[in-house]
Amino acid sequence: MAIVVERKRLSLLERCYLPQIVSGLLITFKNIFKPRVTLEYPDQRPVIPAGYRGAPTLVKDSQGREKCVSCQLCEFVCPSKAIRVTPGEIDPGSPYSHIEKAPKKFEIDMLRCIFCGLCQEACPEKAIVLQDEFSINGLSREDFVRSKQALYAAGGVLPDRIMKWKKVKDNAELGGNR
Amino acid sequence: MCIFSTTVFDACALLCAASVSAPECSGGIDWFGIFMQVVWAFLSIIVVMSFAGLSVVAERKVCAYIQGRYGPNRTAIPIVAAIPLVGNFLKKNGLMQLVADGLKFLFKEDPLPSHVDKFWYMAAPVMALAPVLISACVIPFGFYVGDGGEIMPIAAANFDVSLIFALAVGGLGVYGAVMAGWSSNSKFPYIGAMRASSQVISYELAMGLSAMSVVIWTARTSDSPLSLFEIAHAQVDWWYCLTQPLAALIFLVCLFAETNRLPFDVAESETDLVSGYHTEYGSFKFGLFFVGEYGHMVVGSAIFTTLFLGAWNPLPGIEWPASWGWAASALSVVTVLLKIAAMMFFMIWVRWTLPRFRYDQVMRIGWKCLLPLALLNFTAYLIFASF
Amino acid sequence: MDKQTVKINVNGTDYEVLAGQNVLEACRSIGIEIPYFCYHPNLKVAGSCRMCLVRIGMPARDRQTGQLVKNADGTPKIAWPPKPSIACGTKVADGMHIVTDDESVESCRKGVIEFLLLNHPLDCPICDKAGECKLQEYAYRYGAGHSRYVENKNVKPKKVEVAGKIMLDAERCIQCSRCIRFSNEFIGRSIFGFVKRGSKTEISVYEGADNTSNYLLNAVDGCPVGALTEKAFRFQMRTWFLKVTDSICGESSAGANTRVWSRENKIYRVTPRTNPEVNEMWMSDSGRYVQSRYDEANRLACASVDASPCDTSYAINRCVEIMKLGGVAIVGNAWQSLEEMYVMKLLADVCGARVHFVSHLGEDDGKLVSADRTPNMRGAFATGLIGEYPKADLSDLAADMESGKVKVVLCFGENILELGISPKLLKKVNVLYCGILKNALSDEAKISVPLRSEFEKDGIWINRQFRAQKFARAVDGPEKSVDDLEFLLTLLREVAGDGFKLPGLSDIRREIGEKIPILKACCDLPPEGELIDGSAWSGIDFPEADAMHFNAGKLKGTKE
Repeated sequence: MAIVVERKRLSLLERCYLPQIVSGLLITFKNIFKPRVTLEYPDQRPVIPAGYRGAPTLVKDSQGREKCVSCQLCEFVCPSKAIRVTPGEIDPGSPYSHIEKAPKKFEIDMLRCIFCGLCQEACPEKAIVLQDEFSINGLSREDFVRSKQALYAAGGVLPDRIMKWKKVKDNAELGGNR
Repeated sequence: MCIFSTTVFDACALLCAASVSAPECSGGIDWFGIFMQVVWAFLSIIVVMSFAGLSVVAERKVCAYIQGRYGPNRTAIPIVAAIPLVGNFLKKNGLMQLVADGLKFLFKEDPLPSHVDKFWYMAAPVMALAPVLISACVIPFGFYVGDGGEIMPIAAANFDVSLIFALAVGGLGVYGAVMAGWSSNSKFPYIGAMRASSQVISYELAMGLSAMSVVIWTARTSDSPLSLFEIAHAQVDWWYCLTQPLAALIFLVCLFAETNRLPFDVAESETDLVSGYHTEYGSFKFGLFFVGEYGHMVVGSAIFTTLFLGAWNPLPGIEWPASWGWAASALSVVTVLLKIAAMMFFMIWVRWTLPRFRYDQVMRIGWKCLLPLALLNFTAYLIFASF
Repeated sequence: MDKQTVKINVNGTDYEVLAGQNVLEACRSIGIEIPYFCYHPNLKVAGSCRMCLVRIGMPARDRQTGQLVKNADGTPKIAWPPKPSIACGTKVADGMHIVTDDESVESCRKGVIEFLLLNHPLDCPICDKAGECKLQEYAYRYGAGHSRYVENKNVKPKKVEVAGKIMLDAERCIQCSRCIRFSNEFIGRSIFGFVKRGSKTEISVYEGADNTSNYLLNAVDGCPVGALTEKAFRFQMRTWFLKVTDSICGESSAGANTRVWSRENKIYRVTPRTNPEVNEMWMSDSGRYVQSRYDEANRLACASVDASPCDTSYAINRCVEIMKLGGVAIVGNAWQSLEEMYVMKLLADVCGARVHFVSHLGEDDGKLVSADRTPNMRGAFATGLIGEYPKADLSDLAADMESGKVKVVLCFGENILELGISPKLLKKVNVLYCGILKNALSDEAKISVPLRSEFEKDGIWINRQFRAQKFARAVDGPEKSVDDLEFLLTLLREVAGDGFKLPGLSDIRREIGEKIPILKACCDLPPEGELIDGSAWSGIDFPEADAMHFNAGKLKGTKE
């Protein structure tokens, strides 16, 4: 069923198209003096909204403890197989030896990462966080594989409100239920 | 190759123009006069070419401003950009982008597709640019006071039929498009060329007729009304855009069509023809088409200025007094250049305001609207001038 | 064999199940899962975890008459006790009614899980058991999902090393006592035990006692939580990344069924696979590390001709050229699979070569490590490759070499220099060494070709019971190695000058089944393997002693 749309009959002035052209020209002319909307990117930086999913990073808690215990859930959940964790045991001399396990190596291939945030969601220790870095550069493929050091350097500190491992240690040392 | 042929072509055209424009020299050949004509011709070419270049920058900047952007403001030539103030000015206004664009055209690989007709393929860009530069020779960019106190035009060539010459040679520019379209041996350039030629044929009629009404009005006061100088000279009091607004409008619309500017750029409309008649061109050959188009706009603006906008006269009813001598000449040149610049801005402004017409609309406007109007207008002024 | 059955009713449906089993097994046999921690089919019932609580009722009987009490509609009236019972400790009886899915049972499970989790450290992210932990699984399935416990958790010993191969974490223990029962019943010694009382009960190890055993790691497999973990596997890889391949232990002719856990061509651990006829649920600790024999450092990495490395295919071509000269002898051992032995036999027949096998004997522990340390000696008999039990040296071959009868020795994995062949004698012949490991001979040999281990190929081994069992490829072999079977088939084709197309593994298995009647089952072996008729070799004096599911006298007895 064709639908016939009644068109408005145009007056002569409208049909000659000139007034419309003039009004259009006026609009574009006014636009010349309006402020520019372009963000001059490298000089000006965009405001990153909260919850932005930029590059994944590893974080430490307020005491400088690396939060990751290398449970490898992020590696498991990663849909693009960008994360590679080599678990290892914490050195017995370390103040955090009661946590037992920490990553020996933690590598994220930024060329594979799709910034989906599943690793952050899966992490039981809140150790991997997608932060606001969106411009990831490198000159070779190897440059894009971020080492554990690089990930911690990019991650910084995320205060741990629960302090689960500290409680465990205090309980053990300060006369818990023995 | 192209540069070379353009230069040869130009030189021949200039010599022709020079010999035509030296009617007073009846005796032996006035070698100095010819030399001076060549200098003038080169000057006018320089003016047109630099206007064309600047208008490329203007195009990008104006369109950016209209769209709320900044336009090119990053390109920096290492040493030049380091000059305080000037360097930054050039950079922010995209003037160094012009150099970069030019160099890009120059240094890109110049491909020659295997399927093209090589001679015409090479000749087409030359044909697109050369008529523009030739017709630039007859444009009066100002006036100077001759030895006998008479007012003479600042033009490489000044002769009685300079308007016809400018229109005729300017119309040759479409041969570039036709040659390109045919020799490219490819469907989109071919369709583009067909559109270009039919568009030029359609609009040249109305254009010529609207110019004729100016000519007959000039004929009332001048013996050689087909001379651009005489037409300009006749607009001291009333500019023709005021006395003949309809003719001015028709001429302006036809000018857009002739120069393939939006909203009439069906010949190279990239939505349906990839890039129109120069689809198969790249690097410097494309650059020639590109510059040719902007040159065409500059020359068209200059002719429109001369015909309708009072040429070198600052305001209707006001003229630069001849008694000021050199100062008046200088002011007249500045006036003409400003008017051309304003016209260029207008053309750019229209481009970024109006969408492209459909091809059938272009034809309808040309034949069913502009041509009858131009005829009516011409007849009316003919009758009016006869009484 | 007609087994007695009983009629039971589970969740309102009548079933007929075998008599004599407990409710848990009976329900499992009809597809109803009852959760449990402490129950283990191969150990005694302890009933300590209370996870398998279900409601069990019997038909009511009149106390005076002993008659069944009927309901109004004629069905027997069921007497439901006020409290639930443990399914693992109750035997099925005729007319028994069981409820496994009503609200009271669910709340029992929920309560048990909550109690078990009270003092559990909940450190799943660092626990090696995570992913295969029963507590984790059931807490997810039956638990409340949150904790109401706000007090401090009990502190117990962590990171206690047991016998150098187990890490004990008493905090994770749920006191199921499986490890205690295992050590008492299977190893026959008390190794683990509980100390303290109530919620402070701890799993511990008898100090000063002999806690070494070659079967200790089975306690780790048995542990339903992460209290006992394997030290070698500690923090190596999470279980959910590992690919499981069914395999057979190559440590000895016991042929314990195993699972090989690998990821990206790296074997992380080997665990036993249940086969009630062979190894039940156990395997030796030493068998779990057989793959370390094939560490990269020990491997023959690249083929070589005259001690200079070359392309594998070139080395094989040279082998063929040399073998065509004649006077070939084959030296092998029973690590080759049945299929390889079959092709080796064909090759020996084509070349007219005599086959010298080498035996590898060790101490028999009476369980799952037998005296014959080669896994497939019965296969060599079955394929006709050898007729009598091989000796531990090669004096026969030495004599042949001395007399000039043997000019070419095709040697599979054996270092004949250590087996009675002097270096001087070795110079007289061309030695073609093909094997997995590098040794003195691989350097001396004219040609050496790298082969693949049992983890890198498919095959069949016949164990001491004459049970044919198949193993599958878990990881890829080294890049330059060649599959043993493919190598042998190539040799056969080229030496025989028979341009046949190389058959696949299944073609070979079918051919074996057709040509050798007793190996008919090899075409399509079930996962648990199949016993073949070994009576033809009852006269052979096999070195294995009586052990688990193996009676050495039984085979000999058939002769008499």
